[in-house]
Amino acid sequence: MTIRNATQKLSYLQAIVEAQREEMRRDERVILMGEDIAVYGAQTLFDEFDEKRLRNTPISENSFVGVGVGAALTGLRPVVDLTIASFCYLASDQIINQAAKLRFMTGAQLAVPLVVRTSTFYNNRTAAQHADRPYPLFMNTPGLKVLAPSTASDAKGLLKSAIRDDDPVVIFEDINLWGKKEEVPTDEDFLVPIGKAAVRREGSDVTIVSIAGCLPHALSAADALAKDEVEAEVIDLRTIAPLDKETILASVAKTGRLIIADNSHKVGSVASEIAAMVSEEGFESLKKPIQRVAAPQVHVPYNAALEKQLFVSKDRIIDAVRAIT
Amino acid sequence: MSLGRVEQLEMFRRMLRIRLFEEALIAHHPVGHLSIGQEGAIVGACMALRNDDYVTGTHRSHGHPIGKGAEIGPLMAEIFGKRTGICKGLGGSMHLTDTKMGLICESAIVGGGFPLATGAGLSAQVRGSDQVSLCFFGDGAVNQGTFSESVNMGAVWKLPVIYFCENNGYAVTTPVAKSHGQPEIARRADGYGIPGVVVDGQDAEAVHAVTLEAVERARAGEGPTLIEAKTYRFDEHSNRLAIPIEYRSKDEIEHYRNERDPITLYRAVLQSRDLLSEIEAIEEEVRKTIDEAVEFAKASPEPEISDLWDSMYVNPIGVPSGDGGR
Ligand SMILES: Cc1ncc(C[n+]2csc(CCOP(=O)(O)OP(=O)(O)O)c2C)c(N)n1
Ligand SMILES: [Mg+2]
Repeated sequence: MTIRNATQKLSYLQAIVEAQREEMRRDERVILMGEDIAVYGAQTLFDEFDEKRLRNTPISENSFVGVGVGAALTGLRPVVDLTIASFCYLASDQIINQAAKLRFMTGAQLAVPLVVRTSTFYNNRTAAQHADRPYPLFMNTPGLKVLAPSTASDAKGLLKSAIRDDDPVVIFEDINLWGKKEEVPTDEDFLVPIGKAAVRREGSDVTIVSIAGCLPHALSAADALAKDEVEAEVIDLRTIAPLDKETILASVAKTGRLIIADNSHKVGSVASEIAAMVSEEGFESLKKPIQRVAAPQVHVPYNAALEKQLFVSKDRIIDAVRAIT
Repeated sequence: MSLGRVEQLEMFRRMLRIRLFEEALIAHHPVGHLSIGQEGAIVGACMALRNDDYVTGTHRSHGHPIGKGAEIGPLMAEIFGKRTGICKGLGGSMHLTDTKMGLICESAIVGGGFPLATGAGLSAQVRGSDQVSLCFFGDGAVNQGTFSESVNMGAVWKLPVIYFCENNGYAVTTPVAKSHGQPEIARRADGYGIPGVVVDGQDAEAVHAVTLEAVERARAGEGPTLIEAKTYRFDEHSNRLAIPIEYRSKDEIEHYRNERDPITLYRAVLQSRDLLSEIEAIEEEVRKTIDEAVEFAKASPEPEISDLWDSMYVNPIGVPSGDGGR
C-alpha cells in the first residue's frame, strides 16, 4: 500500500532508477535498453527483472535507438539509455529522421512511445568528446519532447511522465546533479507534467531562467543578490520542448529583466530561443537587454580549471545581473 | 508447404497490381522510384507472411504495401499528394506505409529500416507473440552501418526477423561489384552467424519458398535469416532523375525485359497449369482496380495546412492546431 504524501530520501540518480522500477512494475510493455545498463540506468533493477526486459546492447548507438523505435511502433514502451550525451550524434539519424518524423510521415497512423535517456557529462574532466550538452539540436526538431530535470523529484516525476507519454521524449540528465539528495515522493502515480516550468524562488527585480544543472548556481546567485536587495525570480525550465512560454513571459512582465543560464554553447542555444521568444512576445516588458549566460564557442578542454570557466557559475550569473540592474 | 491455386493466383494478382499501378503512375503522375521488374521478389516474400507480421521498406516503396495486400486507392491518392492518401498526402511516393497491413515504415533514409524491423522483432519476442518482421532493403543499403549493427543485434538476441535484400544490381548508378569488397551479399550472413540464402528474384515461387523457410525458422525462435533475391529494375533509378552516363548497357536492360520479366515468367507457369481463364479474369479485374484508383486519387481533396499540426503528436502540449503556430 502506498501512503499518499510519503517521501523517501533519494539522490537524483537513485530517483531515476526508482522511476524505471515503478514503471516496469506497473506496465509490462516497459523495457530498458542500453550499453552496460547495469552501470548507468538500471543498477539494482537486475535484482527484480530479467534480460528479457533489461537489454544490454552492443555498442551500436544508432541501431539500438532505432530498435527502440521499432519496438515502440509495435507495442512496447522502451526506455533507451544513450549514456553520454555526446553519443547522441551517432543516434541522431534514428532520433530525428525516424522517431520524430514517423508519426507525421504516416499521416498519424503510428505512435512512437519512446524515451531516450542521456546524461550531460560536463565539468567532469572527460574532454570535448564526452562533455556535450546538445539540447538545442533536439529542441530544433519538431516531433520530440525534450526534458532536462534538475532535482531528484523532477528526475523521477518527469521520467515517469515521459514513459507514460505516447510521443518520443529525450531526457537530458545532468551528472553534476547525480549525487544531489532530497525527499522524493514515493506515490507511484507521482508525475511531474511535461511542458511546465517551476518557479523555484520568487522575486521582483530580475528573472533568471535556469536550465538543468544551472539551478544550484542560479539559486545561490539569487541568495547573494538578495543581500544587496536585488530580488531575483528563479525559473527552473524543466521542459525544453515544448517551451513553457507563459511562465517565462509572466515573470518577465513582473521583473522587466531576463537572464538565461544555459550550459549549451551560446550560438543557437536554448537561451537564444528563449531570448528570441521574449523579444517577440514580451518586448514591452523589458527594461534592459536580455543576457545569456552560456558556454562560449570553444570546445571543452581536459584541464579542470579551464573547463570550469566555460560553464555557468554563481559568479557569472551575478555579473550578468549586475550588468542590467 | 507449396502454394495452392488460390494463393498462386493471388500472387499473380499482386504482382500485376504493382506493375499496372506503376504504369499508371508513368502515365498520370510521373514521380517516384519504380519496382517494375522486381515484383517477383517483393510479392514472393510478402506471400510468405501473415497479415499481422511486420514489414519495413525503402524509398522504392510502392511494391511493399501492394505485395502485402493493401487497398490500392489510398496508395494512389498518396502519390497524388491527396488527403485521402494512406499518409494523408504527408508521406508520398517513397513512404507508402499502410499500418493495417503491418507496414511500420518505408524509409527513404537508405538503411533506416534495419533497426526498425529489428525492433519490431524484439517487440514480438518480448510480448511472447509469434509474429515475425521482414525488412526489405536494397543492395546499396547493405553498406550502411545500420545493416551490420542491426543484423548483429538480431542474431545475438535470436529475433524473429527476415532481412530481405532486393538486389537489383545497382545503387543509382553504382554496381554492386564497385561498392562491395565481397559482392556476394548473402555471404555477409556468415559474419553474424546466421544463414544466408540466394534466390532468383524473378521466380516468385522460389522466393516464396525460401522466405517461408526463413519465416518458419523465425517463428520457431531460431533467429534471423538473410535472403538475397537477385532481381533487376527495368526503369531508371527514379523517373524524376536524368542520368547522364550509361552505367548499364541497353543489351542488359533488354535482356531482362524480354527474358527475365517476373510477370511474364509466372504467367507462363500458371498457363501451363491450366489457369489461363483465371489469369485473364484477374488481368481484367486489376486493370479496373487501377483505373478506379486513379479516378479516386484525381477526385480527392488536397490536404489542409492544419493537417500538419494535427499529425505531429499523439499528446500535443502547447501545439497550436489549425493554421496558427509558427
Ligand atoms: C542515407 C541516404 N544516403 C543516400 C541517399 C540517396 N539515395 C537514394 S536511393 C539510393 C540508392 C539505394 O540503392 P539500393 O539500396 O540498392 O536501392 P535501390 O534504389 O536499388 O532500390 C541513394 C544513394 C538516401 N536516400 N539516403
Ligand atoms: Mg539496388
